[in-house]
Amino acid sequence: MRKLNMPIRDEDIRSLKVGDPVMLNGIMLTGRDAVHKWMVDTFIEKKHPPQGEDEKIYAKIKPMLNGGVIYHCGPVVSGLDTGDYKFVAAGPTTSIREEPYQGPVMHHFNLKGVVGKGGMGPKTLQACHDVPGVYFHAIGGAATLIAQSVKKVLGVYKMEFGVPEAIWVLEVEDFPVVVTMDAHKNSLHAEVEAKSKIELERLLGAS
Amino acid sequence: MQDYTEHILELVRLTATDLSPDVEKALKVARDREEKGSAARGALDSILLNVDMARKNSTPICQDTGTPIFYVYHPEGWSTRKLRQQIENAVAEATRRAYLRPNAVNSLTGKNTGDNVGDEYFPTVHFEEVEGSTLTIELMLKGGGSENVGAQYKLPDSRLGAGRDLNGIRKVVLDTVYQAQGKGCSPGFLGVTIGGDRGSSYCASKEVLFRKLSDTHPNPELAKLEGRITDEANQLNIGPMGFGGKTTVLGTKVTDIHRLPACYFVSISYTCWAYRRRKMIAENGKVTYE
Repeated sequence: MRKLNMPIRDEDIRSLKVGDPVMLNGIMLTGRDAVHKWMVDTFIEKKHPPQGEDEKIYAKIKPMLNGGVIYHCGPVVSGLDTGDYKFVAAGPTTSIREEPYQGPVMHHFNLKGVVGKGGMGPKTLQACHDVPGVYFHAIGGAATLIAQSVKKVLGVYKMEFGVPEAIWVLEVEDFPVVVTMDAHKNSLHAEVEAKSKIELERLLGAS
Repeated sequence: MQDYTEHILELVRLTATDLSPDVEKALKVARDREEKGSAARGALDSILLNVDMARKNSTPICQDTGTPIFYVYHPEGWSTRKLRQQIENAVAEATRRAYLRPNAVNSLTGKNTGDNVGDEYFPTVHFEEVEGSTLTIELMLKGGGSENVGAQYKLPDSRLGAGRDLNGIRKVVLDTVYQAQGKGCSPGFLGVTIGGDRGSSYCASKEVLFRKLSDTHPNPELAKLEGRITDEANQLNIGPMGFGGKTTVLGTKVTDIHRLPACYFVSISYTCWAYRRRKMIAENGKVTYE
């Protein structure tokens, strides 16, 4: 199986095709609903001025996201009282909620990959083509299994968003994913949806 | 009244980390049905491996440990106020032990309470008095991804050509499965209510998910509808995780409740493959789990 190290090079991204299984290695950051809104409102559209530590956090995460990947994940973490964090359960969350934000976030941070589940829509597919980047699908709900790939928690930012919504900085080893949206405008999700629509129409016509 | 906090804590641990045998069996049957080497089969292999590891390690099957939904059936004269307190204490302790993710978020401020105790709706607790001296507590942990793909229709629905009959019900349920694609972590299970008002209809669609997978509806027409919906949902070929494949829905449970003349709601609760529900029975000083 193909292994990729983060940061990922453009030629590697362009060589990936829908259906390719991949093992990811290196530094990965989690970010989901609150993080995407915060990134867009504060640093991309600049609707709100940075608060508190925001600018320091931005300076820390920007180089890690450059050529890197973001993981749509709200983990179960142990060691919250001691700060000796360990990922106990860490499967992907549904990605489509980030559809309004993902393209701008990919462009702004030069993100090469988005890890999540359920797939994303046409705006993200366009961003995958332009940046370039890919969407990596992890197995939804396989939380204990996926947590084994997280070797170390290197840090956490924006803890005021709560444990599931914070930015967790992870070192991962052989993190298992499948490419379901590539940099050539192919989306397994669009394909499955189109085919299922034909079946739905047929079934709706029955009595 | 006895303090059941420790027993409820065990119920929470069991529900979060140990998938019921009937659900695991259904997943195995589905895995064997998918083609060798397909993404669908690979997904189900990972799911089954994960179920096994979670049970052995006593760690959550899925990181989204969901809304804790309790149904408490208690003997006459028991204090529901005390029982609720015990449930809240157990849930908070389960969160400290990382069986549960802190999931209760203030809708206005975004602040997470950190212990899964939010307000009188979180955790959700339903009480019902029963005859005899047995205490039964059922718990479902219902994740947010699958909750987001649930739906409510009012019939007739002209977009789908769905009238106020069993065929109309079939159509709107299939539309829900189509709309969900893989976003609710398929293969899923469907709880369907025919009737009620908007609130009772959704509520009953979750209650029906406490039924055993092997149960069929006592009304033969509804039993037939359950089977047909599952069968036709699988013809959509959405597959595990939305990767395409033969298994999209593993079971459908239908219930019908009285409605107003003007209203004809059909409510669908979708639960992901990590269909977590368990039962605790306290009888003659002895506590058992199912």
